[in-house]
Amino acid sequence: MTRLLATADDRLPLPRVDGRIIDAIHQSGLVGRGGAGFPTAIKWRAVADRSRGNAVIVVNGAEGEPRSEKDRLLMTTRPHLMLDGAFIAARVLKARRILLYIGERHESARQSMLRALGQRDEPERALVSFAAAPARYVAGAEMAAIHFLNEGIATPTTTPPYPFERGVDGVPTLVQNVETLARVALIARGTPADTALITLAGAVRQPGVVEVPSGTTLGEALRLGGGATESPRAVLVGGYFGSWMEPRVAWPAALDRDLRLGCGVIGVLPASRCPVCETAGIMRYLASESSAQCGPCFFGLRALADASSRIAEHGSSADDLRRLQRWATEVRGRGACKHPDGAVTFLASALTVFANEFAQHEAHEAREVQLSA
Amino acid sequence: MSRSFTLTIDRIKCDGRGLCAELLPELIRLDEWGYPIIASGAIPEHLLPLAQRAVDDCPVLALALRRADRKQ
Repeated sequence: MTRLLATADDRLPLPRVDGRIIDAIHQSGLVGRGGAGFPTAIKWRAVADRSRGNAVIVVNGAEGEPRSEKDRLLMTTRPHLMLDGAFIAARVLKARRILLYIGERHESARQSMLRALGQRDEPERALVSFAAAPARYVAGAEMAAIHFLNEGIATPTTTPPYPFERGVDGVPTLVQNVETLARVALIARGTPADTALITLAGAVRQPGVVEVPSGTTLGEALRLGGGATESPRAVLVGGYFGSWMEPRVAWPAALDRDLRLGCGVIGVLPASRCPVCETAGIMRYLASESSAQCGPCFFGLRALADASSRIAEHGSSADDLRRLQRWATEVRGRGACKHPDGAVTFLASALTVFANEFAQHEAHEAREVQLSA
Repeated sequence: MSRSFTLTIDRIKCDGRGLCAELLPELIRLDEWGYPIIASGAIPEHLLPLAQRAVDDCPVLALALRRADRKQ
């Protein structure tokens, strides 16, 4: 089995590639591993159709998802594989620039990429420059990345124009997550990795990144991380834009086939923690990470965070529950980017999985509320 | 075949002035914070002139008519 991790990052000759690699990517079923899960081949074709030898490749290593670690681990341990993916993209899409957009706090990842780039040949090195992604949740969204690279402001902009139409420097641009590019490099070599990269977080004995074969169940992946530290109440699949699931539903599910993995974060909530307070804490975070450009997101997420915090701190209220349900529906689809959609997907799953807890929540002591504040 | 249109909003430009909801209450209502919620689906033909009026009168040019068969 080909793996992304735990494999020597040898610098191999770049495979000869042409447009047919896009068909191979399509056949592999590869989708973006940054969170949105968009089919990679469609993205590449859109840029290939428009590039006149001037396209830009943005290697997205912003990894702003709070619990995710797999992208920086990949940049630290497989920098050459990732660069291969970027150079393959540059060749196939006829790009003249590659920008490595790496989270400003991911210092060892940046160092590793710098070192690897220093070992490449001059024509390759000349294509590449580095940019530090601000440590904000939305900075990794592709329109925000482009806005930042053009104007130094990491907030999303209105689409259209889409990146493949007018991106960095106003030319067709591919923004692609680092894991996705590493997988493209393996596809180009004829050795695709039939695996999933997962970051285990929360109540698990050994939190961190695991790579598991396709078809592995969530329960099996957790066992690789030493298992849950205590009896789990729920599991958050796909990070803060993901969904809460009941353990009995999630444990037997095949990670890559049955679940929407998003960015690949699997967070275990133990039965000893209050799910309502946990949800309210994450909603406050997501509200504070709104880029405050679109009214429904700025006001809507703040109101949703306030209502869930009121239930957490002062106890359940039928009025607040009704507001949560209504606003969670109304906010969806009403932002320039998917930030509000991700937040209400998360909240809606909480209202379903924790319906009883939300309906019967009692005011907590201040000590307990502080746990997730 | 007659063309069908939908209303789209540039959410970054939209300031929540609310004029659109006054001009076209049949299709646009406002949320608690004054931002428009648009009824889904194509605009009924008899409302097209009013929709055009709402588009023209939006003070921040955030509202637009789009062919329904076009992406976005």
